[in-house]
Amino acid sequence: MTTSIVPASDDDVLIQGITGRQASFWTGMMLRAGTPVVAGASPGRGGRQVEGLPVYDTVGDAVARHQVGTSVLFTPSSATRDAAVEAMEAGVRRLVLLAEFVPRHDVLSIMEVARRTGSRVVGPNTAGMVVPGTHSLGIMPGFSNEVFRTGPVGVVSRSGSLGTLICLELVSAGLGQSAFVGVGGDPIVGTTTREAIEELADLPGTRAIVIVGEVGGVMEEDAAEAVSKLDVPVVAFIAGRSAPPGRRMGHAGAIVTGGRGTAEGKVAALSDAGAVVANTPRIAAITVAGALATDNRMNSSARSA
Amino acid sequence: MMLEEGVGKQILASAGVCVPASVVVSTPEEAAEAAVSVGLPAMVKAQVPAGGRGKAGGVVHAVTPEDARAGADRLLGSALFGFPVERVLVEPCIDHDAEYYGAVLDDPLQRSPVLLCCGVGGVDIEERERTHPGSVQRLVADIGSDVDPADLHALAERAGIPAERVTAVADMLAGLWACYRSTEAELVEVNPLVVDAAGTAWALDAKVALDESAFARHPELQQLLGDGQAQPAGTPLEEAARQRGLMLIELDGDVGIVANGAGLTMASLDVVVYYGGRPANFMEVGGDNYTRADSAMEVVLSNPNVRSVLVNFCGAFARADVMAEGVVDALVRHPGHVPVFFSIHGTGADEGIACVRQRLGVEPYPVMDDAVQAAVAAAKEAQL
Repeated sequence: MTTSIVPASDDDVLIQGITGRQASFWTGMMLRAGTPVVAGASPGRGGRQVEGLPVYDTVGDAVARHQVGTSVLFTPSSATRDAAVEAMEAGVRRLVLLAEFVPRHDVLSIMEVARRTGSRVVGPNTAGMVVPGTHSLGIMPGFSNEVFRTGPVGVVSRSGSLGTLICLELVSAGLGQSAFVGVGGDPIVGTTTREAIEELADLPGTRAIVIVGEVGGVMEEDAAEAVSKLDVPVVAFIAGRSAPPGRRMGHAGAIVTGGRGTAEGKVAALSDAGAVVANTPRIAAITVAGALATDNRMNSSARSA
Repeated sequence: MMLEEGVGKQILASAGVCVPASVVVSTPEEAAEAAVSVGLPAMVKAQVPAGGRGKAGGVVHAVTPEDARAGADRLLGSALFGFPVERVLVEPCIDHDAEYYGAVLDDPLQRSPVLLCCGVGGVDIEERERTHPGSVQRLVADIGSDVDPADLHALAERAGIPAERVTAVADMLAGLWACYRSTEAELVEVNPLVVDAAGTAWALDAKVALDESAFARHPELQQLLGDGQAQPAGTPLEEAARQRGLMLIELDGDVGIVANGAGLTMASLDVVVYYGGRPANFMEVGGDNYTRADSAMEVVLSNPNVRSVLVNFCGAFARADVMAEGVVDALVRHPGHVPVFFSIHGTGADEGIACVRQRLGVEPYPVMDDAVQAAVAAAKEAQL
């Protein structure tokens, strides 16, 4: 049984590569968001402190002293495979891989170990996950209540920046999130859009799902197969509808090749499955608010009936 | 990174796969000589990193040296799929009575490598699978292990390879697997794969895509490639961006766009189009590039077609204050170009908005859609 994507509310967090400049900064931001970060690991830096947290040389040393459920890896791309395998071999069962440009065969190796150990891998090339109120795991503004508030919407995004904007629009529309999962912008990622929407739809607080997709790959088409089976409304925004074919649009995974991975194909697959595909991030948020308001009226009329 | 056929075949050959003895040349005269040296009849094939060259007229069958010369003369200097044809590959024809298909690639949903085999090759394989479901057979493999030869035999049999040729095709698949692993390729594809009268399997084409992220640990591949790969010809604006370490795609519109992150940048273009505007470019300043928004803004402003600019930041890792400051620096250095419309959110938004307000006297829009509509309207007005 593979570990869940979303951590339990008391799930303690380790930061691998914590002594780097960005990692130290974002560890502070995660703590500000209320995340239970308990320790860091950086080879050769054991005994130091970052943001008042103990730093260990190895993940093994850290888990000997702390109950670690999730590790967030700020490791450089070339060191990510070894660090991820180290964490899984030490018993950490949920990993968030932030690095961009992790070699694909390294990702495939990581996934082999993940399957063997039942570990959950999110990313690489993700901005991370946010569970408002309990966890911000990565480089998302989980500390900002203009972007993240506890609420009824499960958001799954291939993009950090666009995912952030959609979350902000949801808050502007008076809503909030049950969880935000950034699956990552690479062609091969540890957790797919489909797996993420299936799990988020099952969270007790979720009453709607937003899929933030983009051109390239088949993850949205794959997710569409699950959409009709969900018992919550699904709204999607697909980025790259104006992307010229054959050009890589910033993300390694965002490229239309040989007529596959097009925005039109994804929009059609999601619409056919019953999702509403919105034309702008703001319209997506307003659509979700409308769907939930209808849902509320139906529930209250059902109660009064 | 898709390789040209000639380089792909060198990589296959070094993994023990049989490829016709070929020569890559860059003039019609050399092509005629090469056709004689490899043996006529020969194939003359445009070298660009893309599939489907045959259908697009990029392959010439030469019976005489003059055929080869004329074919090369037509191909060299032309463009195929946006790539300039600077080289042709000349190789002897291999007699065959049937064409097959073999490949190894990453399967993003399985998150594993997968080997593919089909008893019908020389065609668009995705189209084949659509019209004849099940004709492309799969074998999911472990990235860390060798593939059992018995499994490769079974794969070739399932794909409908004739019994007397199964061993030869299975051996070819083993070679493709070895090549895939040793080069950390994303794709190793042979289409068509043929077996000659002597029972030898040949790769008549080679489509090899390498992973640029793994390139640093493969000096042997860097050496093999040298600078002999065709690059898509960039526009002057795209080259100017490349020289500053930025990736810009020029489009034919008039609304310049500076945004952060691949997803938000694509969305910015889409929303401009949705509100009736025409984007002038794709360029993201996210990731580690977020400190270079000033350069990005300068490149966008240097496009003479630009009539308005949309600046759309939503800070996550990339801090909106740092990006806003960069953009403002560029606008202060180059004042009075075109109107600029801001939407600034996320990490560092408050400081970024304050910076734009104080140094430019411009008020960012609280809602992205409103900033986009204003930028579209301004561009239309300027065109009147």
